[in-house]
Amino acid sequence: MKIIVCVKQVPDAKDVRLDPVTNTLARDGVQSIMNPYDRHALEEAVRLKEEHGGSVTVLSMGPPQTETTLREAIACGADEAVLVSDRAFAGADTWATTYTLAKAIEKVGGCDLVLCGKQAIDGDTAQVGPGLAERLDIPYITCVRKVTDCESGLIRVERLMDDGYDEVELPLPALLTVVKEINEPRIASLKGKMRSKKAEVLMLTASEIGADPAAVGLKGSTTQVVRVFSPEARGDREILTGSVDEQVAHLMSRLEKIL
Amino acid sequence: MLRIDSETCIGCGLCEQNCAFGAITVVDGCAQVADNCTLCGSCVDACEVGALSIEREDREKSADFGDWSGVWVFAEFRRGRLAPVAYELLGIGRQLADKRGAELSAVLVGNELGEAPQQLVGSGADRVYAADDQALADFTDDVYGNVLADLIREYKPEVVLAGATAIGRSFIPRVATMLGTGLTADCTELDIRAEDGALLQTRPAFGGNIMATIVCPHTRPQMATVRPLVMKPNVYDADRAGEIITVTPSKERLTSRVKVLRSVTEKSDQLNITEAVVVGAGGRGMGSEKGFALVHELAEALGGAVAASRAAVDSGWIPYPHQVGQTGKTVCPKLYITCGISGAIQHVVGMNSSDTIIAINKDPEAPIFNVATYGIVGDLFEVLPKLIEKIREKRD
Repeated sequence: MKIIVCVKQVPDAKDVRLDPVTNTLARDGVQSIMNPYDRHALEEAVRLKEEHGGSVTVLSMGPPQTETTLREAIACGADEAVLVSDRAFAGADTWATTYTLAKAIEKVGGCDLVLCGKQAIDGDTAQVGPGLAERLDIPYITCVRKVTDCESGLIRVERLMDDGYDEVELPLPALLTVVKEINEPRIASLKGKMRSKKAEVLMLTASEIGADPAAVGLKGSTTQVVRVFSPEARGDREILTGSVDEQVAHLMSRLEKIL
Repeated sequence: MLRIDSETCIGCGLCEQNCAFGAITVVDGCAQVADNCTLCGSCVDACEVGALSIEREDREKSADFGDWSGVWVFAEFRRGRLAPVAYELLGIGRQLADKRGAELSAVLVGNELGEAPQQLVGSGADRVYAADDQALADFTDDVYGNVLADLIREYKPEVVLAGATAIGRSFIPRVATMLGTGLTADCTELDIRAEDGALLQTRPAFGGNIMATIVCPHTRPQMATVRPLVMKPNVYDADRAGEIITVTPSKERLTSRVKVLRSVTEKSDQLNITEAVVVGAGGRGMGSEKGFALVHELAEALGGAVAASRAAVDSGWIPYPHQVGQTGKTVCPKLYITCGISGAIQHVVGMNSSDTIIAINKDPEAPIFNVATYGIVGDLFEVLPKLIEKIREKRD
């Protein structure tokens, strides 16, 4: 089984926060990390490979420094890595991103299963997985919390719903997006780390994947950001003082309107 | 491309501070942009001297949008009832439709729909497209997507809204891709731009640390998923008149590649945290599963749901569906009470849009107090029992 895992390099959320004084984004040397959900997608791919055989390719669209994230993926069990990188991709919305990823998957000869994290923690859209599946014309399931079975061209999974879960079965090729609950990602082994140093990351440009220049990046996007701003700061904060009884009484009076 | 006018740039560093991606640095008194720039525009807005701009190659004026009119909402229906977000969508949908002088329609997809079409009319819809079929009893992305996309192609609404629920966020991206149009996820504000009638879609990014307003300039419909519990429903009017149109999709369009083997509701006695109006949340400070029972008691007294930080979930005191934060769920209830949660950013991003936040923690330096509307520094095991007692008294 050939599995492709889509990963994104994102800024670590704990480094991005609002400065309460200036109400601007404060960053203390933002670290780039592998999107946390994608780690779980990668782990699931490696487990499926270990059980059923095949190969795991990690794929990312991003600036050249994304290579570090792909090498980390190799250290954690991926066999191959592909980075589609081109200045023309900058400013891509999910529509242009799914186009680019679909072109890249075609370029590397397709696969039996695509795995993605549920969403990336910077954009939080959760739109790339479903959009990519539609571009590839394959069925998909989002928010998968468990792969229960995978044999004779069928995969059976549990998907998280708002009120519980659904157990579903679908034919391969297919795409799944996964939630954190699905597994506990492994730490890179020493052997994996050695391998990741030597491994080759295949770099592809827009023209190498045969992408239409008008369909990628900002130019190929259907949505446009017109304004970015800080959310309104919270009103006055209040620490309630006194004895426990007094604190509780103060709180109850503040809650009068809400309860 | 991000253009930096080196003559105008004064090297003040505001752009560098405002870039969430760390893509701008000031070198020798002038800003420089790196390859990881996503063209989000934060720096352009932050620059006080107008030295930055984003070059957009203007597309040719796209096809005339004159054929597209009306506001649609997808009315989610599951296990015999409309999802609460359906009513909220009709609330904001009504406002948008009135601003555009257009009609508001609801699309209802499911099986044994019962009174749901009338309920949608009474809640503000002028028209309801109802598809009632056994093949629609279970949710599948492809069949729900086929039905909605076919209707959109036929009737050409200008705006399509759906709830940012597990179902909406799963199949709406496919619909947008099928139609070749833009989609904005998890919006918390929607408005119409006066000049040209464009839908202004505002959403939080970076877990609520920044807000972005997005438009869909070249294609129709303009599509958005909307965060539950943010929009206000209309007042129900049983006498309101509306048209109900029965939709009968072809057998082929109702055939899914996905087979639903079983659909399980988990613990119906525990409210879904993303739909709850009041949430009590516990963290590491609860000490043990036994200690955590106090959070359940608090939530029960409030008639609310129980949430938890990752620390509490990882300790095995409560299952993962209750986890709020970066790797859990995002909630925005009217009232969120944290008990023994320190307030790591990974938790805060999942709850900081709640209306009122109360923090109870023994450490006065805990960062949770920076986001709390009201804070109590104290011992949970003294404060909580008293608070629960007072809440019960009040609610009786």
